[in-house]
Amino acid sequence: MENLNLFIRSIFIDNMIFAYFLGMCSFLAVSKNVKTAFGLGVAVTFVLLISLPITWCINQYILQPGALSWLGEEYASADLSFLGLIMFIAVIAALVQILEMVIEKYSPGLYNSLGIFLPLIAVNCAILGAVLFMQQREFTNAWTATVYGAGSGIGWLLAIVCLAAIRERLDYSNVPKPLRGIGITFIITGLMGIAFMSFLGIKL
Amino acid sequence: MNLKKTFLPLINPLSKDNPVIVQVLGICSALAVTAKMEPALVMTISVTAVLALSNVIISLLRNTIPTSIRIIVQLVVVAALVVIVDQVLKAWNYEVSKALSVFIGLIITNCIIMGRLEAFALNNRPWQAFLDGIGNGIGYGIILVIVSFFRELFGSGTLMGYQIFPQSWYEAGYMNNGMMILPPMALILVGCIIWVHRAKNKDLQE
Repeated sequence: MENLNLFIRSIFIDNMIFAYFLGMCSFLAVSKNVKTAFGLGVAVTFVLLISLPITWCINQYILQPGALSWLGEEYASADLSFLGLIMFIAVIAALVQILEMVIEKYSPGLYNSLGIFLPLIAVNCAILGAVLFMQQREFTNAWTATVYGAGSGIGWLLAIVCLAAIRERLDYSNVPKPLRGIGITFIITGLMGIAFMSFLGIKL
Repeated sequence: MNLKKTFLPLINPLSKDNPVIVQVLGICSALAVTAKMEPALVMTISVTAVLALSNVIISLLRNTIPTSIRIIVQLVVVAALVVIVDQVLKAWNYEVSKALSVFIGLIITNCIIMGRLEAFALNNRPWQAFLDGIGNGIGYGIILVIVSFFRELFGSGTLMGYQIFPQSWYEAGYMNNGMMILPPMALILVGCIIWVHRAKNKDLQE
């Protein structure tokens, strides 16, 4: 129940795009048509789903103050938390690289449809952002972290597909000249964010 | 002429080639930290410092880095600098560091940094790269300051934490616009800044 609540919250209320503006760059750059937007969304969800439990374990068993106590008494006072940022970004970059190779080997179809987006996900701030939020919120087990990753990924996917659909229609409307392109996209995202705020207060 | 050319990387990003509203880089943090002016300024300084230093380091290494692994090298350099900034900030101003929460860490994946490293530092000499870093940092800061000025003034009635609107206004029925504090307003404000900017620079219109 707790996890279901977290899942719904991370999709609609704590939405990566509308509440925290994470992954904005690729969100704005790759939302010109629905098909590619969907591909990127799926890839981001996938990476989030895998990287959150792994980074949770790293945080829990290596980085936290006192986390190394499983090695023996003399390590119990070690605090490696300052290494967090470097460790997380390295794990994410490595993970994306491995994922790319695995997908290429076992599912060439998916690999071709994701194409260039896969390597770019390493520098998508939605991933590192979710990992840092996970660390900040101190989830108690890896399962909760996985649920949070899945929820944030699906929320991101939902947002980018919606925006892409709106932008496809936008080509037919008469937008003031200076606003065309990126300007109107910002304002649309803002209005979508206001719409998403109506989910505030949902609790299961 | 020669002097002008040297300082071109410093001046261009301020308006004509602004990282946020023209190159559309580094939006995430530009929007998220602008509810108040103080975090926005601290964020600007942090980003400028990391950007200028990483530009110089990558520019110095540009002939020794193999192209195939340059992304990893860049990530490591940036991550190391961000860790330093993070630790300094925690020691010097813990309150602001708490307010910025994860966004200091997210400087690593800030597209301004990666974008400038790729587009500029890899092909230019260190001094030019340094100026480019400072210029882009300030260009980023200008947008942050404008957005946070409006959001803090109309959202909380304060600037840098000092009361601007006198108490008598509130007694006469003036109310803070709570909408300004909410995240969507930042997006709409940036949209309006782009509108004004492009109306003035006709060659940027699509």
